[in-house]
Amino acid sequence: MIPASFDYKRASTVDEAVSLLSDGGEDAKLLAGGHSLLPLMKLRLAAPALVIDIGRLRDLSFVRDSGDRVVIGALTRHRDVEIDQTLRQHLPLLSHVAGQVGDPQVRHRGTLGGSIAHGDPASDLPAACLALGATFTAVGPSGSRQIDATDFFQGFLETALAPDEILTEISIPKATGAAWSFQKFNRRAQDWAIVGVAAVRGDRTGVALVNMGPTPLRATPVEEALAGGASDAEAAARAAEGLEPPEDLNASAEYRRHLAQVLVRRALEQARAA
Amino acid sequence: MTVNGSAKEHEVEPRLLLVHYLREVVGLTGTNIGCDTSSCGACTVLLDGESVKSCTLLAAQADGADITTIEGLASGDQMHPMQEAFREKHALQCGYCTPGMVMAAVSLLKEHPNPTEAEVREGLEGNLCRCTGYHNIVQAVLYAASPGSVPERNAGSVPERNLGVSA
Repeated sequence: MIPASFDYKRASTVDEAVSLLSDGGEDAKLLAGGHSLLPLMKLRLAAPALVIDIGRLRDLSFVRDSGDRVVIGALTRHRDVEIDQTLRQHLPLLSHVAGQVGDPQVRHRGTLGGSIAHGDPASDLPAACLALGATFTAVGPSGSRQIDATDFFQGFLETALAPDEILTEISIPKATGAAWSFQKFNRRAQDWAIVGVAAVRGDRTGVALVNMGPTPLRATPVEEALAGGASDAEAAARAAEGLEPPEDLNASAEYRRHLAQVLVRRALEQARAA
Repeated sequence: MTVNGSAKEHEVEPRLLLVHYLREVVGLTGTNIGCDTSSCGACTVLLDGESVKSCTLLAAQADGADITTIEGLASGDQMHPMQEAFREKHALQCGYCTPGMVMAAVSLLKEHPNPTEAEVREGLEGNLCRCTGYHNIVQAVLYAASPGSVPERNAGSVPERNLGVSA
């Protein structure tokens, strides 16, 4: 399978990427690791006229300890998120989840920012960012702005990013010592989660779901139930409340609703025992 | 880019995939195309020493990179320790997945020099063997990692330069 023809430009700075994006309009796409975009282009589900390769913006590959938060560059690869010592200490849920994405080859190329900007509801890392209360920095022609993860995912593969904005940083409050769990249910190694759950319990309690709707989702009813003193089982029973999960070859919507309750219960129990 | 130690320079179409560049432009056909959807791992090569699926990379993205293919592992007549381990443990049936398996295994041992069996199985999750010959493949990687099996050479090593293959 071969992608449709496109123009290829390589950006060497964030400003240059933004300028190329502004010029290219809706027909331009950013290419980071390429492990979400290129498969879509090969299937001709995406056919951008202009591909802007930002893979060499090494300035956006970093992990920075910033007091009560950790700031991660958008081009930090899954493999680097997995093994980074600062993240393993202060955000072990994120490191663990990064190590569960796809397979080693994918993790050598895919980037945290790419996964977030792609906004696939079946991706693992957006759910981890939601559970951990992340804030994203977007840079556009008129400067930079902060977007809360909860406001970022707006529809199937749709995010709050404007067509001429680039995601540059992910800032997450430290969850040092907090209990956490990631539950990923699939039938085959390397597959997307049929349903996944990321949960953290500590100063901040967050629960988020993979593949339970058109976007990565926070399990708000579960979080509210826990805040109201419900037991793990009572809270987990509300995991699919108000959700319309997808139907596909792997699972019906009903199966996913049931699975979400089971996996949230397991996640809450594991995060309590930890 | 550098392919198996030798510098390559070509003007290519933006949409040319790395695997097609390696097979059709450079002429190294040891890297197989399997599923073409970044699932099976048959097209695995090393980019700057790390395993990647060359069907999901533009050749242009690898501009300036150091690429190692299956042809670049052996030193002349002397097989790479991972190749020796695959032969010793008969870690292949039809052989189609083998180049990708070997490259993924080299990268795995570079990151985990002494893996458990479970770590080998998880570390090779990006490579499918449709003969389902996983048992001997896992045995081969464990053999390659075990001290003394392939003396004085590191099975996770990547040759500095290619001694035996011209493109």
